[in-house]
Amino acid sequence: MTPSGTHVQGQIKTEADRIVLCGDWTLAHYEALRRLVIAEGQLADNRSLDWRELGELDTAGASLLVDLIGNERCRDLSTTAPDLSASRRALLETVAEAQRQDLDARPRTPNMAVEFLEDVGKRAESIWRQQATLAGFVGLTLTTLASVIFRPQRWRITALAVQIKQTGLDAMPIVALLTFLVGAVVAFLGATVLREFGATIYTVDLVAYSFLREFGVLLAAILLAGRTASAFAAQLGSMKANEEIDAIRALGLNPIELLVLPRVIAMIITLPILTFVGMVSGILGGMLVCALTLDITPLQFVRIIERDISVEHFFVGISKAPVFAFVIAVIGCVEGFKVTGSAESVGEHTTSSVVQSIFMVILLNAIAALFFMEMDW
Amino acid sequence: MSDTQTAFISVRGLCNRFGSHSVHENLDLDIYRGEILGVVGGSGTGKSVLMRTLIGLNVPAEGRIEVVSSAAKPPPNPDPAMLACNFGVLFQHGALFSSLTLQENVAVPLIEQAGLKREHAEHLARVKLAMVGLPPEAALNYPAELSGGMIKRGALARALALDPDLLFLDEPTAGLDPIGAADFDRLIVTLRDALDLTVFLVTHDLDTLYTSCDRIAVLAQQRVQVADTLERVAEFDDPWIHDYFHGPRGRAAQTAARRQTTRGH
Repeated sequence: MTPSGTHVQGQIKTEADRIVLCGDWTLAHYEALRRLVIAEGQLADNRSLDWRELGELDTAGASLLVDLIGNERCRDLSTTAPDLSASRRALLETVAEAQRQDLDARPRTPNMAVEFLEDVGKRAESIWRQQATLAGFVGLTLTTLASVIFRPQRWRITALAVQIKQTGLDAMPIVALLTFLVGAVVAFLGATVLREFGATIYTVDLVAYSFLREFGVLLAAILLAGRTASAFAAQLGSMKANEEIDAIRALGLNPIELLVLPRVIAMIITLPILTFVGMVSGILGGMLVCALTLDITPLQFVRIIERDISVEHFFVGISKAPVFAFVIAVIGCVEGFKVTGSAESVGEHTTSSVVQSIFMVILLNAIAALFFMEMDW
Repeated sequence: MSDTQTAFISVRGLCNRFGSHSVHENLDLDIYRGEILGVVGGSGTGKSVLMRTLIGLNVPAEGRIEVVSSAAKPPPNPDPAMLACNFGVLFQHGALFSSLTLQENVAVPLIEQAGLKREHAEHLARVKLAMVGLPPEAALNYPAELSGGMIKRGALARALALDPDLLFLDEPTAGLDPIGAADFDRLIVTLRDALDLTVFLVTHDLDTLYTSCDRIAVLAQQRVQVADTLERVAEFDDPWIHDYFHGPRGRAAQTAARRQTTRGH
């Protein structure tokens, strides 16, 4: 392609009455050529151009040459540069045509303070909108549930069973292990603090109390918020991005009924079960520590629980589970439905679902604790 | 295209198998410099697999792919599996990076491979976007905000970013409206003429075949049945090819192309 066969960086040689363009004008030399073109400035019209020594030329080089010789002049290359081959002329003309528009026009950027205020406003509005959407979605889910619940032929038993397995059964080992460890840690704490008062026997009450009322349900709920809300958001989000949800609607089916209800109901069924597992295994963890460090035998441990802890505490704890389950599942699903097109959006909403559901679980738990305390339950 | 011309890329004895399923057996194909080669074939005949194999995304079970490279442009890719020449690819659905704006998408290869400064790369990216006929405002949009035709054009701009010798297009006009598709066909011919490209074009679009392809390769029964000019391929004695070019759609496209040529004269 190169007449001389050698590859040298492009140059602009200025002679008395003409300008010689030589060497390769390619992407490989772009930065250097750009500096050259800027140093030269746009060429005056009166001198002729000599193209004969031009080596390789590509779009990047052509773009710089168009900057150099000016857009107008590129239009009548056919008369001014007869020694330029047809394909190169076409290339230069195409690039010149493309560069005729103002390519570097940028939207006006406001200053930092305005941008900050705008950002704050946008975020505040988006939090408000998010809550409104969530409330709307909760309503939608409940009405769909109400319309389906008395028609057993519309129950999605298979989907429900699959969801129960995925959200409940598969999470059982991790919930049991985690609560067991936390139970042991609580017992250690109790043993250390209560020893000073000579009341180590109350470690049993501490473990049983905390797990029945708070920790069992809280740990299980936080775990499912991380594990299941994210899964829901990602599953539904990918389906949304792939237009599968639109396809469901277009087939005259209700995506809430098909996708959301089985997930929500599965969560409402499994979280209380997991909470129960969490309570038992947390108490077992405490029992182990008591037996090893405080010489409280498991039999004694159970006796103390039987004597001191009434069954209300268990009910207080377990009654929160369905509420948390509903909130987690709905947040997971609503975030999935909010996904728009891109892969990035799926990630964004998955993260948001986890953060929101953990936040809501802890918030609701605090409100519930206040309520139960005031009610003396 | 005469037979005496040396091939730019020659594929010999290519075999592609997925498990016991054989897609290509002893496939031979030549691609000549500066031509637009249309590759057609029924669904599942391995058009896309052939393209992926040429690019290096799919390692063939057997066979050789040789490139008569112009030493002028060193291959940008050190991976030996990749073709030993500079190439650009337009994937069927564009495959634009969804987290980047259109101009950033085009600037990525310029920054990463050509080592340009971001500012310069983005300027050049805008030039490329204007070349493929996108308005300047579109440069700052994300792919999710663009229509199908604009995504195709943007993806073409990215494929052209490094000024490749060879351009692979996987169904470039699929999903475009007829006007958009006709524009795209013209655009490819214009760019081929201006940039001296060689184009490997997988398509189902008969209009594209009639208006822009120099040669057509027909894939069937695990190999290239025939690769020649449109007239000769259309006369080739094979029931599938006959149905393809002489079916109702084939005839319509043929008439349209003929009308266009006569009007052009």
